[in-house]
Amino acid sequence: MSTINPLKPSERMKIPRQEPLEQDAAARSVNFLEVSFGFDMDRTVTEAQRCLDCKTPYCVDGCPVGIDIPGFIKLVIDKDYVGAVRKIREANYLPAICGRVCPQETQCEELCVMGKKLTPVAIGKMERFVADYEMREKLFTPPVIRDHREEKVAVVGSGPAGLTCAAELAQKGYKVTVFEALHAVGGVLRYGIPEFRLPKEILDIETERIKALGVEILTNFVVGRTATIDEFFDEWGFSAIFLATGAGTPTFMGIPGESLSGVYSANEFLTRVNLMGAYRFPDYDTPIRIGRQVAVIGGGNTAMDAVRTAKRLGAEEAYLIYRRSRAEMPARQEEIHHAEQEGIKLLLLTNPTRIIADDQNWVAGIECQKMELGEPDESGRRRPVAVKGSEFVLPVQTIVEAIGQKPNPIIQSTTPGLSTSKRGTVVTDDGQKTSRPGIFAGGDLARGGATVILAMRDGKNAAAAIHTYLTDRRSSTTDHA
Amino acid sequence: MYRIIRAQALAPTVTRFEIEAPFIARKRKPGNFVMIRIDDHGERIPLTLADSDPAAGTITIIVQAIGKTTKQLCAKKSGESILDVVGPLGTPTPIEDHGKVVCVGGGVGTAELYPITRALKEAGNTVYSIVGARSRELVILEHEMQAISDTLFITTDDGSYGRKGFVTDQLKELLDTVPGIGAVFAIGPLPMMRAVANLTRPYAVHTLVSLNTVMVDGTGMCGGCRVTVNGTMKFACVDGPEFDGHTVDFDELMMRNRTYVAQERISEELHVCRLTGETREAHR
Ligand SMILES: Cc1cc2nc3c(=O)[nH]c(=O)nc-3n(C[C@H](O)[C@H](O)[C@H](O)COP(=O)(O)OP(=O)(O)OC[C@H]3O[C@@H](n4cnc5c(N)ncnc54)[C@H](O)[C@@H]3O)c2cc1C
Ligand code: SF4
Ligand code: FES
Repeated sequence: MSTINPLKPSERMKIPRQEPLEQDAAARSVNFLEVSFGFDMDRTVTEAQRCLDCKTPYCVDGCPVGIDIPGFIKLVIDKDYVGAVRKIREANYLPAICGRVCPQETQCEELCVMGKKLTPVAIGKMERFVADYEMREKLFTPPVIRDHREEKVAVVGSGPAGLTCAAELAQKGYKVTVFEALHAVGGVLRYGIPEFRLPKEILDIETERIKALGVEILTNFVVGRTATIDEFFDEWGFSAIFLATGAGTPTFMGIPGESLSGVYSANEFLTRVNLMGAYRFPDYDTPIRIGRQVAVIGGGNTAMDAVRTAKRLGAEEAYLIYRRSRAEMPARQEEIHHAEQEGIKLLLLTNPTRIIADDQNWVAGIECQKMELGEPDESGRRRPVAVKGSEFVLPVQTIVEAIGQKPNPIIQSTTPGLSTSKRGTVVTDDGQKTSRPGIFAGGDLARGGATVILAMRDGKNAAAAIHTYLTDRRSSTTDHA
Repeated sequence: MYRIIRAQALAPTVTRFEIEAPFIARKRKPGNFVMIRIDDHGERIPLTLADSDPAAGTITIIVQAIGKTTKQLCAKKSGESILDVVGPLGTPTPIEDHGKVVCVGGGVGTAELYPITRALKEAGNTVYSIVGARSRELVILEHEMQAISDTLFITTDDGSYGRKGFVTDQLKELLDTVPGIGAVFAIGPLPMMRAVANLTRPYAVHTLVSLNTVMVDGTGMCGGCRVTVNGTMKFACVDGPEFDGHTVDFDELMMRNRTYVAQERISEELHVCRLTGETREAHR
């Protein structure tokens, strides 16, 4: 197997960064099909040739799960795409998903040496190509599980943290059951991230692969209500539990008018559309009502997804209202760029103060004030301050608030002895251990809102920690025997 | 899939279902509800748990066919299945001995009231129950309520059965004549619960109402069920569905509940068309 790039570094640096194929902006702003088609095979191979195969690959430091990036790129150069995706999967069980939703520009690609003077190697798009190739050609083979262990482990929540932990533990030979409150698997990947960014078919395929490892998934099961954590230990026979229930409780701004018809939390708005299929109403029963003008409040990925969804549902004007400037927006650059192409209007340095009603108690407008950036706050970002007398009213009939989420308290409030922070997150140590022995936690539940890949890292760490915990327990019980 | 063990008509549009759901059956408490979804294209809707049998692994729900989903559900027979049932959800009713209590049920709300009434009776309360309906054939669970009430009153709007008038007429009479009523539990249409709360306010009798709001998930993740209680925002699915009726902003809730009337009509018409084989155009 030749794994040597035939090109000299100077030649590699002459190759321009490949551009992904995308659906035309006008066409896609009215459909729910995937926006980016990613790279085709030629682009992937050309892009792979740009990699300098650095002795110290900084890109790997930028990857939260430490994928052997130059390693998989070399396999791409050899056109061994399946080998490449297997290499990725050693560190990341869900490459087709991460290749689509990871913020590579602030992770691996930010640290890529090529980016210092030129443009970084398009690592994410290559990851996506090899994962999609394997799916399309049906070349996936499940790993062989050699060990079989007696202990049963419960994973609560089927988002990226839970699914990753379940896959890791199953491969170590544990009997794993995943409990999910909703009727469908995937967490935010299912109900939050829209079809046009992450087709649900991909999530379905990944879910089937995890089930193929012997993982049992029970949907329609709200832990804390359908059964409690203590019942899991005492009656269900679980030896360890991983909590990965995310940060799914919406927060509202607390401005007047939030109870009016036409005001949604981003969670409600996106759940209606993604999980319940409201964009296909009345073929699907769940309704959604969209005004001619829609305002989405917030600057993160959730706000971006909501505003682009609103446009696709037929809004003539879709505004994104954000109180800081563009540089502070937490959303992925690619998404902001896509949104602008689709005709989304960004109202930056703008802060909503009041929602205005019509005579039917429906939203008729939103009053905002202009902001300017003052001194940096605790987060290091410059604090927005209101400009006196700058109030104006924007006529809108639908408002979506995407200003952040916090963990759902159902489990914390029904599990004695589980420590939580002021923000409502479950407190863990570096090894995902909580204050209760045998209970581990990770993902957004422990972090507050974060990213898919950090949730997956926590899932992996938790699987390792659970393995150590159960191995120690096993040896200490045999010691005593 | 959750199998329907028994479907039984209670009134012209009201059906009682026993459904196989062993985990939920074990944990159900009075005041809990489930979210159900009939099929892959269905909506998630909340339904109060009227009863459960942990030994048999079944739960009981009582459904009035009013919208698309409930009509579709009420057309189901024993042996058929429902795709999703999740629960038990919501905060259970606080059950204490108040001495004397009045339990007021309006329409299909009586089904939701039944398990609470039974628990109140078991807790030692003297129970006065008022069951109201538009007319005689819509009175449900009369015998069941009779069995767990010290005194049962029936009211019908048209006077076709029991006392002619509203539940509030009967309630007022009780408040005026029976000393020492410790609490009132009212479940029914929002206007009825609002009327009950307005009636009991001057008597300063603690009044619990059960709010039916728009819900998507039923677990606290969408905020669609938000209501203003005592001036603060609450999520009915986790903080409720029961609240102190004297502190609920009923007017706001009634307006919010009208959010999807237009869509509900479309959904229902389409459903009827599918059932009868008519096309949408023909229907217009
Ligand atoms: C709209 C949106 C867009 C985003 N876009 C991106 C992006 O592009 N890139 C990125 O990296 N990150 C993105 N994020 C963030 C990312 O999705 C999350 O950080 C990640 O999904 C967290 O994973 P998790 O496994 O911790 O939790 P979640 O994905 O939230 O999953 C938690 C699961 O637990 C279930 N659950 C909750 N309570 C219970 C209970 N009591 N019993 C049983 N099950 C329960 C929930 O129903 C849910 O399915 C986005 C988030 C949102 C909301
Ligand atoms: S830092 Fe960039 S050039 Fe270097 S190995 Fe990683 S991807 Fe290749
Ligand atoms: S129904 Fe979604 S939060 Fe209550």
